[in-house]
Amino acid sequence: METTLVYDGTFDGFLTCVFMAYEMKLKAVSIVKEKHFQEPMFGNWDLVNTEPDKANRVWAGLKKKMSANELQRFYYAFLSEKPTVENTIYQAILYVFQSKNNVASDFGNVHILQLSKLTKNVSREKHRMEAFVRFKLTKDGIYFANIEPDFNVLPLIKRHFEKRYADQKWLIYDLSRKYGIYYNLESVELISLELDRNFDPSKTSTEFFAPIELEFQQLWQDYFKSTNIKSRKNMKLHIQHVPKRYWKYLSEKQ
Amino acid sequence: MSFQRVQEKLNILADAAKYDVSCSSSGSNRTNKNKGLGDASASGICHTYTEDGRCVSLLKILLTNHCIFDCAYCVTRKSNDIKRAAFKVQEVVDLTMNFYRRNYIEGLFLSSGIFKSADYTMERLVAVAKKLRLEENFNGYIHLKSIPGASDELMREAGLYADRLSVNIEIPTEKGLKLLAPDKNRADFIKPMEKVKNEIIQYKSEKKIIRSTPKYAPAGQSTQMIVGASGENDMQIMYTSNYFYKNFNLKRVYYSGYVPISYDTRLPQIGTPVPMLRENRLYQTDWLLRFYGFNIEEILNEQNQSLDLDIDPKLGWALRNMHEFPVDINKADKRMLARIPGLGMKSVFKILNARRYRQLNWDHLKAIGVAFNRAQYFMVCASNQFEKRDLTPEKIKGLILQNSKSKYTSMLSNQLNLFG
Repeated sequence: METTLVYDGTFDGFLTCVFMAYEMKLKAVSIVKEKHFQEPMFGNWDLVNTEPDKANRVWAGLKKKMSANELQRFYYAFLSEKPTVENTIYQAILYVFQSKNNVASDFGNVHILQLSKLTKNVSREKHRMEAFVRFKLTKDGIYFANIEPDFNVLPLIKRHFEKRYADQKWLIYDLSRKYGIYYNLESVELISLELDRNFDPSKTSTEFFAPIELEFQQLWQDYFKSTNIKSRKNMKLHIQHVPKRYWKYLSEKQ
Repeated sequence: MSFQRVQEKLNILADAAKYDVSCSSSGSNRTNKNKGLGDASASGICHTYTEDGRCVSLLKILLTNHCIFDCAYCVTRKSNDIKRAAFKVQEVVDLTMNFYRRNYIEGLFLSSGIFKSADYTMERLVAVAKKLRLEENFNGYIHLKSIPGASDELMREAGLYADRLSVNIEIPTEKGLKLLAPDKNRADFIKPMEKVKNEIIQYKSEKKIIRSTPKYAPAGQSTQMIVGASGENDMQIMYTSNYFYKNFNLKRVYYSGYVPISYDTRLPQIGTPVPMLRENRLYQTDWLLRFYGFNIEEILNEQNQSLDLDIDPKLGWALRNMHEFPVDINKADKRMLARIPGLGMKSVFKILNARRYRQLNWDHLKAIGVAFNRAQYFMVCASNQFEKRDLTPEKIKGLILQNSKSKYTSMLSNQLNLFG
């Protein structure tokens, strides 16, 4: 009979579930986030408390079986937050632990291949966010950007922005997941915000932003137009590279 | 910084710079230092794309569009009646810093018309880069144009501040250059390229001994050729390209389909379509040379001086070399896998990994993402289903075209009509 393990949605929580499944020698397992959980009609279910020690043991076990690059795929895939991603990763982990040799790049295995595809999706979104974040200078001197990525990529882009914008305060806020990363000139911290009722994330109101901000946005929009070659127009390619769902926070597309 | 004046200049000088297709920001290993601004991303980042589908990675502008030369193919040529403008050094610095701070760009691509003399122009370009690096502690990407005829001393200095340097040879043959830019000669382009190449080699070898040796143009050199302005065939273009890759260690050669900008009778007239499909085939060939292990003579030679427009160059090569196929996916070496039409290097990588665990069949290959429509005629795998008919190359080409829809279909029929 299938057992459903319910966890809090964190990566550690998920890994704890994997640990429990091994410890309880469960045969058929399904792992779901608390917020997606519905009590199954048949089968057992169990609420798993996140235990970092157990999570670390699973992670260390995986680490021994594969290269750092391959290991990273498991975390990337997890951040896709796809509804059944836990089961894909779980199956891939089972396959890895059952095999004597390193099978983490066995793309002939359906779970490993699926995992690598999810990883690709997430890395693409990560790369897109490194490109599409548009900082706007606020009145109190913070470079602020809001994003709504398809996947939970803030943990992945943190390092990139930290290395790059070392001499300015900045804040990137994920509107759909309601948390952000803030750099205070020393280090990056996770924060959640109470956004003002008048705040429209797709606009640049002088109520919140520095007057000079509008000038630079104008220059950027002008530059975007001037650098286009009309006789080569190719909107299909344009949209393929900059999908419409990202347009609302890109100042050059307003 | 006066907003309105800068705005006007930006419009003129960005418009004039847009025919330089390079916008790459990759390949540099510069890192943030002393908590300054910027950090080069090794893979490069395209921050947005114009409506023509080209990447916008750098603030690409001319320092000025005043020019003492009169090259027929160039929009800023002396005899062209257009608005002229010139940035001050500080204005370019401010624009770059502020665009970078907002995550609009990876850095600056600064080119210029030649005013007064080559050295005078190059000095201004170097001054911008120097100010960004030394006064603003800017660690983003800087691409400077090497001005033909600039002194060795200035070229050396340029490489200390820039990540990439480039000289556009523009016209693939000397004959074409004589016709369209009589004031210029090939040797002037080659001299700064040679200088930079030697400096890169020297700095690299010194760095092995003394670790504190500064970086010199860490992202190397590139160049650009205009396609379809002076009647060269694909073979001439790609052999020239190959010559520059081989002899000057270039990172990239760009191919820019000529956009008609002049009524000069030596050139295609205004309204002539930009040869985008041909440009695409040239890039595909360039990729085959750089990543797929092909030699240029295999793709273009006396018997085949032009690339096919209706099929990609790898498929073209395969159809001329049917004796190399079919390839056994489970046994062939990497070199041969990369030569199968419909397999990219990513698929090759996945196949090499996956076949260590089991014999691969069609289902595995489809899941991996092999372009079945093209690949099926050129390979066998762990399956007894494979192409058993003895098909001629013409027949295979027909079958492939029948079952594929190229994004160029409409353009193709147009262009084919043009050539009768």
